[in-house]
Amino acid sequence: MGTYLIISKREVSSFFDSLTAYVLITAFLGISGFFTWIYGSDVFFVGQASLQSFFSVAYWSLFFFIPALTMRSIAEEKRSGTLEMILSKPVSDFQLVMGKFIAVFELILIALLFTLPYYITVMFLGNVDHGAVICGYFGMLLMSSVLISIGIFASSLTNNQIVAFLLALFIGVFFLIIFDVLAANLTGTLATFLSYLSLSTHYDSISRGVVDTRDLIYFLSFTFFFLFLATFVLSKRNLVD
Amino acid sequence: MGIQVENLTKIYGMQKAIDDISFEVKTGEILGFLGPNGAGKTTTMKIITCFMAPSSGDVKVSNISIYEDQDAIKSKIGYLPESNPLYLDMPVLEYLEFAALIQKVPKEKVNSRIAEMIAVTGLNAEKHKKIGELSKGYRQRVGLAQALIHDPEILILDEPTTGLDPNQIVEIRNLIREIGKEKTVILSTHILSEVEEIADRILILHKGKIVADGTAETLRKHASGSEILRVQILDANSNDIYNALQNLDTVHSVDIVPNEENVFLIESKEETSSRRNIYDLCVNNKWFLSELSPIETKLEDIFRELTMN
Repeated sequence: MGTYLIISKREVSSFFDSLTAYVLITAFLGISGFFTWIYGSDVFFVGQASLQSFFSVAYWSLFFFIPALTMRSIAEEKRSGTLEMILSKPVSDFQLVMGKFIAVFELILIALLFTLPYYITVMFLGNVDHGAVICGYFGMLLMSSVLISIGIFASSLTNNQIVAFLLALFIGVFFLIIFDVLAANLTGTLATFLSYLSLSTHYDSISRGVVDTRDLIYFLSFTFFFLFLATFVLSKRNLVD
Repeated sequence: MGIQVENLTKIYGMQKAIDDISFEVKTGEILGFLGPNGAGKTTTMKIITCFMAPSSGDVKVSNISIYEDQDAIKSKIGYLPESNPLYLDMPVLEYLEFAALIQKVPKEKVNSRIAEMIAVTGLNAEKHKKIGELSKGYRQRVGLAQALIHDPEILILDEPTTGLDPNQIVEIRNLIREIGKEKTVILSTHILSEVEEIADRILILHKGKIVADGTAETLRKHASGSEILRVQILDANSNDIYNALQNLDTVHSVDIVPNEENVFLIESKEETSSRRNIYDLCVNNKWFLSELSPIETKLEDIFRELTMN
């Protein structure tokens, strides 16, 4: 356990040292605040004391922000050679990947904590369905963890950050839209299967306030699936023959 | 805390980076790894440090196999990889703390270890700077400090002096020699004088195979079994001298050095010396012997001989 935390601690402090963290949090709060309170189908337009408009904005802004945070995680270590330095210390491939995951997850957690004032504001506006809000945050964290692990996997495939970023968006867009759209246009088991793969299906049901173990299993298994894939890609240096 | 390398092979695609090599490093020994670029030095080191798995063969570090317990091996080894990769955005102190914690140095000892490493590597004035702001020589010290932070029994240094200026090279070498008194060290380089100066034993790799193994002296002896003398004799015709020298019974061959007056390279027959005979020859003929000096085979020559096809 210690090793994960040492790595993630270093990672988090490097996010804050390089200003990445401040830029991310400011941009995330700016964009989500703008669409929640000022523009489009905002809280006042909808006329309900709910955070639904915030969650639907955050859903898309995290889709862009998370790859920006994960793109350097392994790609940069590969490019600069620090991967060799760190992995020749008593750190396993999975510990490294997991440490990176925890660091980005912490950052997302901090960004979401800063949106708690939205919640408090909405409470003054009317009767809030507290269950729905808590589930909404919970769903957002679960969705983030899938996106983070996709991002780290993409970063493990290359030593170029831009490639890692685009790759993460590309994989992410399948889970956010394409599977959903395909499922809507198909019928039969394939449609059911694609609809199961689609992240939005599971996210929607959680953010409506229904926490189903099937959804939990979906999010956790995909998170670990991509983390294991990233570990596998790293360990491939041992297999090259 | 020795290292045993047994029949190690690593294949990249079609190419054998190292080909069935075996050697042993004894506790407290400083082993110099020598070889042209691409000879397999770095690959061997990466395998010993458990960064990479071999295609076949085994490495045992103090009797633990790399297939058994990698973390145990990793924590016995301090490693300075080739181009010294460091987290450039971290300050020196933070980086060393990170390295210490990752190496599982006990919490209460972390600060004293860091202070010790800063003192040993002379980083005191730079310790609050970010690593990215340091010059190459200082970065190399940080690299050494992070490799030594957990007081490892074995130190593996991949080209530790490349890219440094002459003063820095001397300093880093002195540091390595100092550290090498207590630890087993493997160091790779292609600077020949460096291995000769630091290493107890030299291993020359070529195309993934060990082509020589021994101390600098044994390698020299091995390369030139017979004595070679450089002789200049004046006051006579060079043809006469040449013939007279060839007739000496200890002389194996005589070469004329072009562009110099009456200078010859004389190779003696094995296990014999021609010095006395040459002197007597000159005395008898009243020639003036102006130079008689043995030529020592340089490590460079041995190296080139072994690694040229």
